[in-house]
Amino acid sequence: MRGLKTLASLAVAGCALAVSWTAQAADPVKIGAFLSVTGPASFLGEPEKKTLEMYVDRLNKQGGVQGRKIELTVYDDGGAPDKAATFAKRLIQSDNVDILIGGTTTGTSMAAIKIADPAGVPFISLAGGIDIVDPVKKWVFKTPHTDRMAAEKVFSDMKKRGLTKVALISENAGFGKSGHDQSLLVAPQYGIEIVADEVYSPKDPDVTAQLTKIKNTAGVQAIFNFGFGQGPAIVTKNYKQLGITQPLYQSHGVASKDFIRLAGDASEGVRLPAAGLVIAEQLAATDPQKPVVTAFKKDYEAAFKSEVSTFAGHAYDGLQIALAAIQRAGTSDKAKVRDEIEKTSGYVGTGGIVSMSATDHMGLNLSAFHMVEIVKGDWKMVD
Amino acid sequence: MAELLQYLFAGLTSGAIYALAGLGFAIIYNASHVINFAQGEFIMIGGMATATLTAAGVPLPAAILAAMALTMLVGVALEKFAIEPARNADVVTIIIITIGASIFLRGAAQVVWDKEFHALAPFSGETPIRILGATLMPQSLWVFGVSMAAIAALWWFFNHTLFGKAMLATSFNRLAAQLMGIGVKKVLLVSFALSALLGAVGGIVVTPIAFTNYEAGIMLGLKGFSAAVLGGLGNGMGAVVGGLIVGIAEALGAGYVSSAYKDAIAFVIILFVLFFMPNGLFGKKGVDRV
Amino acid sequence: MSMTKSSLLTARVGGMALLSAVLALAPLGFANAYYYDVAVGALFNAIICVGLNLLIGYGGQISLGHGAFFALGAYGSAIATSRWGVPPLAAMVASATLVGLMAFVIARPILRLKGHYLAMATLGIGMIIYIVLKTEAQWTGGPDGMGVDPLAVAGLALSTDRQWYWLSAALLLLAVWLSLNLVQSPVGRALRAGHGAEIGAQVVGVDTSHYKVLMFVVSAVFASVVGSLFAHKNGFITPDIASFHRSIELVTMVVLGGMASIFGSVLGAFILTLLPQMLTAFDDYEAMIFGAIMMGTMIFLPKGLLPSLILLIRKRMGGRS
Repeated sequence: MRGLKTLASLAVAGCALAVSWTAQAADPVKIGAFLSVTGPASFLGEPEKKTLEMYVDRLNKQGGVQGRKIELTVYDDGGAPDKAATFAKRLIQSDNVDILIGGTTTGTSMAAIKIADPAGVPFISLAGGIDIVDPVKKWVFKTPHTDRMAAEKVFSDMKKRGLTKVALISENAGFGKSGHDQSLLVAPQYGIEIVADEVYSPKDPDVTAQLTKIKNTAGVQAIFNFGFGQGPAIVTKNYKQLGITQPLYQSHGVASKDFIRLAGDASEGVRLPAAGLVIAEQLAATDPQKPVVTAFKKDYEAAFKSEVSTFAGHAYDGLQIALAAIQRAGTSDKAKVRDEIEKTSGYVGTGGIVSMSATDHMGLNLSAFHMVEIVKGDWKMVD
Repeated sequence: MAELLQYLFAGLTSGAIYALAGLGFAIIYNASHVINFAQGEFIMIGGMATATLTAAGVPLPAAILAAMALTMLVGVALEKFAIEPARNADVVTIIIITIGASIFLRGAAQVVWDKEFHALAPFSGETPIRILGATLMPQSLWVFGVSMAAIAALWWFFNHTLFGKAMLATSFNRLAAQLMGIGVKKVLLVSFALSALLGAVGGIVVTPIAFTNYEAGIMLGLKGFSAAVLGGLGNGMGAVVGGLIVGIAEALGAGYVSSAYKDAIAFVIILFVLFFMPNGLFGKKGVDRV
Repeated sequence: MSMTKSSLLTARVGGMALLSAVLALAPLGFANAYYYDVAVGALFNAIICVGLNLLIGYGGQISLGHGAFFALGAYGSAIATSRWGVPPLAAMVASATLVGLMAFVIARPILRLKGHYLAMATLGIGMIIYIVLKTEAQWTGGPDGMGVDPLAVAGLALSTDRQWYWLSAALLLLAVWLSLNLVQSPVGRALRAGHGAEIGAQVVGVDTSHYKVLMFVVSAVFASVVGSLFAHKNGFITPDIASFHRSIELVTMVVLGGMASIFGSVLGAFILTLLPQMLTAFDDYEAMIFGAIMMGTMIFLPKGLLPSLILLIRKRMGGRS
């Protein structure tokens, strides 16, 4: 009698377990994204959105993650940090997402951190500012290279070429300004002296005045432009117009064929730090990034009929890191997923090989950047 | 010396762009006392349409004509469907309507086209012209030339054609003009079409220099408004002078004072002028009826 | 423009009662902190707009740079509390005082200008302040913004959206009550006289410019106070809150709701704050729809939402016009 009872209760328990297991399996993994799809950063936000949607779609067709479908909710913050914070709140409170991927700009990311970090929701930012992960915040990670890394890469190349007196020209918006500040910070470490410091607005039609000032500054050996979008293209064209001969370096903000298309012949000889994605074909066959970036590039260009952008790559990396963490954790429990993201090690992405730790929530080092020169309208890998 | 000249060239290049924008504001204001904040979008549509059409393989002249026609259509539609139904409303209300229109047009542009930056090949090449140690791009000459041609054409139109004079009459005194048999509605329609055309032309000549994208209208609208007000509303020549002043102030400010504050310097100058000349540089003194 | 004493009384009592009821009952529909968050945003905008309306609707002026006053209040509080350790309330009062003083100094020369010239001047001032906030990074953190400590009074920190909601609702009621009283006081009557026929009013001895300056300062102070609160609530501010776009947003809320209608401003602020949240489903078409709504409302209801609504209700009830 007792044996039967035990058997019966075991059976019931077993059924309950099975039912709850399948119930959990049917529960979708919810990913929330707030991106600057419109507004001054739409040039970055739009590819990010398209990439997330495309890959979530594809993965769902392949069965999702751990048999669970992925549910992606995307909101457009228009580049406004306070809107981003509201949408982050909406994603967390109303849409009950398990993880946040987004924050196209440093401003929107920093505003959202104020929501995500106290709420205990893992947040993978797609913005460049080093402040996002320095100081490290428990729940906040990021995929793009920091602006400091870009400056370091450029300065180390300049040092190699014996260029030590550098003129800085940057845009007065988020990316350019923080790049400017980081450049000033790390220049001394490479023996670089900043001898001129000019600023322009992202929508300025002409920067010859600033470049003339730089041209007339004594001893300038190289020029470093920090910005993205149309500004750097105008800087480059004006640079050629004025007949400036010192080498021109750009930041990773222009690491897309769009820059070459806009700047035209003027871009010849310009150097910039670029992620492997940009020079996929030129990577050594043994480079672990090669298969990943080649595949991503092909998929993106086929699906959207436009040049792949590194910003899209960052979104792709964010998604993959998140899903890999969920896979390893075996659950979408926020704390466990956070721990797994932090343990990401040797993930080969479009931006580089990512190995995070408790003190490094980005996981890339300088080797993730290749120095690239524009030759005859195409990229040429310099290192 | 070469340095000053280069700054002047820079200022004249951006100034001519702002001047064209300001002129568009002035024309509509003249006919209706309305400030059309969607003027910047006319410029954007002209540039975007031309750039995307040429990128699709359409030869430049045809693309230009198509872009001008499209922009004029948008201008006329704006007047017919948004401004005319509200003709008796408060000035501030109409401003809000045109702002709504500019948001709408921007939203439409991002759907119809895309969010990327577009360029046009410069019309006569990219070899810089050297003058006394400073350089100027041929495209800048196009912008000056087109601005001058536009002003000349408009001057002729307003002073030597019947309809142009009718438009001027309407701006002086709408009621009297109506009593004299002038079709005021038609005047308004033509003013929007003309401003749209001017905007489109501006966008087309400027795109080879400054590129274009769906948001290009915002800054141009702002600078155009500043130019028009500085010059004195209702005065086309004033708008052009205003635009050139803003451009030169920015360039000289960037060159001699601080490039971070160049835009602020231009605004300070505008405020200064308005303080001493409350109707702008060439504006008519308003008459307060008791 | 002309209202009888009894209808004003109804506005004051009836309107306040209705607003209080709405504010008290609305949270019943709030499912989570996000709703409170959006509501607080709407309340903040409403307070600014009530102040701005005093200038635009009653004073007959225009300001295309009011975002700057809001931003100055926000940054004033942010810098004072987070960099210098000044207690939040003191910082807020100090910022508001400074902003009020600044508005006073600017107001007299600026308010000599009329119409679009005044618009341009306010636009210029707003832009200058925006550029300064973006550039002076060692004070303001630059375009990437700065963090702000939470609001704490006597050791009690205001940290949940729910707490912010009740505080903001109370402040809105206070702001509305203040404005209603101002409008119905001799000051307000002078203003309305000035708005209607400036020269006539001046002839009768009404110092219209004095009252215009007063409205300018009051509206600037409202904006500054809300700016301080905004900074503490969000914990993070960027210079774009001083941008032209933001200033235009505020003017749109006032005009949409109904100029010279205090409750209209509240309605306009609520609607334009909620609209973007409601339009998210439209994805790429959101901007087009938003623009179309703006145009449509102003074309068909040129007096603004609330006055048109009241007119409609009056017609329906068959009351005498």
